[in-house]
Amino acid sequence: MRIRCPYCGERDNGEFSYLGDAAPQRPDGLDASAEAMHDYVYLRDNPAGTIRELWYHASGCRSWLVVTRDTRTHAIESVEPARDVARARRSGEAA
Amino acid sequence: MRYSLFSVLGQALRGQRDWTPQWRDAAPREAYDVVIVGGGGHGLATAYYLAKEHGITNVAVLEKSHVGSGNVGRNTTIVRSNYGLPGNIPFYERSMKLWEGLEQDINYNAMVSQRGVLNLYHSDAQRDAYARRGNAMRLAGIDAELLDREGVRRLVPFIDFDNARFPVKGGLLQRRGGTVRHDAVAWGYARAASDRGVDIVQNCAVTGIRRENGRVTGVETSRGFIRANKVAISVAGSSSLLAGMVDMRLPIESHVLQAFVSEGVKPLIDGVMTFGAGHFYVSQSDKGGLVFGGDIDGYNSYAQRGNLHTIEDVMEGGMALWPGLGRLRLLRHWGGIMDMSMDGSPIIDRTDIGGLYLNAGWCYGGFKATPAAGFCFAHLIARDEPHSDAAAYRLDRFATGHIIDEKGMGAQPNLH
Repeated sequence: MRIRCPYCGERDNGEFSYLGDAAPQRPDGLDASAEAMHDYVYLRDNPAGTIRELWYHASGCRSWLVVTRDTRTHAIESVEPARDVARARRSGEAA
Repeated sequence: MRYSLFSVLGQALRGQRDWTPQWRDAAPREAYDVVIVGGGGHGLATAYYLAKEHGITNVAVLEKSHVGSGNVGRNTTIVRSNYGLPGNIPFYERSMKLWEGLEQDINYNAMVSQRGVLNLYHSDAQRDAYARRGNAMRLAGIDAELLDREGVRRLVPFIDFDNARFPVKGGLLQRRGGTVRHDAVAWGYARAASDRGVDIVQNCAVTGIRRENGRVTGVETSRGFIRANKVAISVAGSSSLLAGMVDMRLPIESHVLQAFVSEGVKPLIDGVMTFGAGHFYVSQSDKGGLVFGGDIDGYNSYAQRGNLHTIEDVMEGGMALWPGLGRLRLLRHWGGIMDMSMDGSPIIDRTDIGGLYLNAGWCYGGFKATPAAGFCFAHLIARDEPHSDAAAYRLDRFATGHIIDEKGMGAQPNLH
């Protein structure tokens, strides 16, 4: 499997480390319920199919990336800088 | 048909012509008391112990492919009970004891071989951790021996003791650990369960779980609807998919684990050995191939195949410990889908839906657990209360904080 890093180009997946599903969003620790925190920390959709996930280009540009990938075939659909995804989400929330 | 020395000799004289199929390839009936989803080692063992221990024989095991096609045939066949936490120790020791009596119990040669499992340590701190684990085992009545360097040298003289980065300082040995022929475990349990009246239905994929008023009523399958009072999920890497059918999310991610076999060679190593400074475990099959593995690939996958980077990592671990391995050629390798839980320990529990039971989260330790998982899951299904040896494997332990994190890695499934 190769991941096309937006900064470094196509690189072997051994250069990257994996965090997991990019969907869970950390609730505000000051007013989150125990259930919401439990959901965030422990529960996963774990889909067989398309997943958006966080990878870290540890042996490269050290950027966090959001990779859209099919878990049944390992085919990668897109790779975006995680900061762009986070900014888009924040502006979406603000709007 | 019972297997015995006489039946084997008799068949030999008759040219092996009169062997009969080992179990009935059943067609699904309309309704069952218990439907077990997943015809792997755990599902078949569950069916067997339901029949044997609890007299429940109106049972179907539904397998989407053929018996033995999943993880029960995709592991490195190692069995051991060298765990260190209270929730795990009695469970894995029950499994070890069941392995010891399995062949007589089910009248099947599963090639249970207690050839010893040796965990190597490479630093003073690691020795202390292993001594602690060995002491925890011995306090529970399980055999464990802490070996020094010379003790290890007597067992495996060919490894690189003086590796500059990872010198071998000793090891923790469980002599009762070893290997079991994994296909024979699936076949043996299938045959024993079938003999007691269980229907083993192959090529029957579950596509939905029907429920009414908070209780299961049956399963939709590729071979039609099957009514059931109780439905037991035992599907390893597909656990989240089954749970999704009843809108449940699990504390589980599915990951791919690869395993490897070398070309066959004369006897090199008689036990199971694990590298303590990387992740590498190796034994030799009776055919002569070295069977070995290491870490999971580390990303979510349902593909049953992995990537080259992990293969390289496993080989590097092997070469650091045992440089002579470099002269061998790799014969084949494969991948299986592991149900990696958030604390590295399994779940054997009821769910919030009446009559729906879950056996999942085995990470890559499911094979050694096969007999005890079946035994304890059957107990839970039959009596609606957990077996004392598996009482810690609750689904709600993540919410209540009673996690069982043997490795201390936290809620990060790809690190367990």
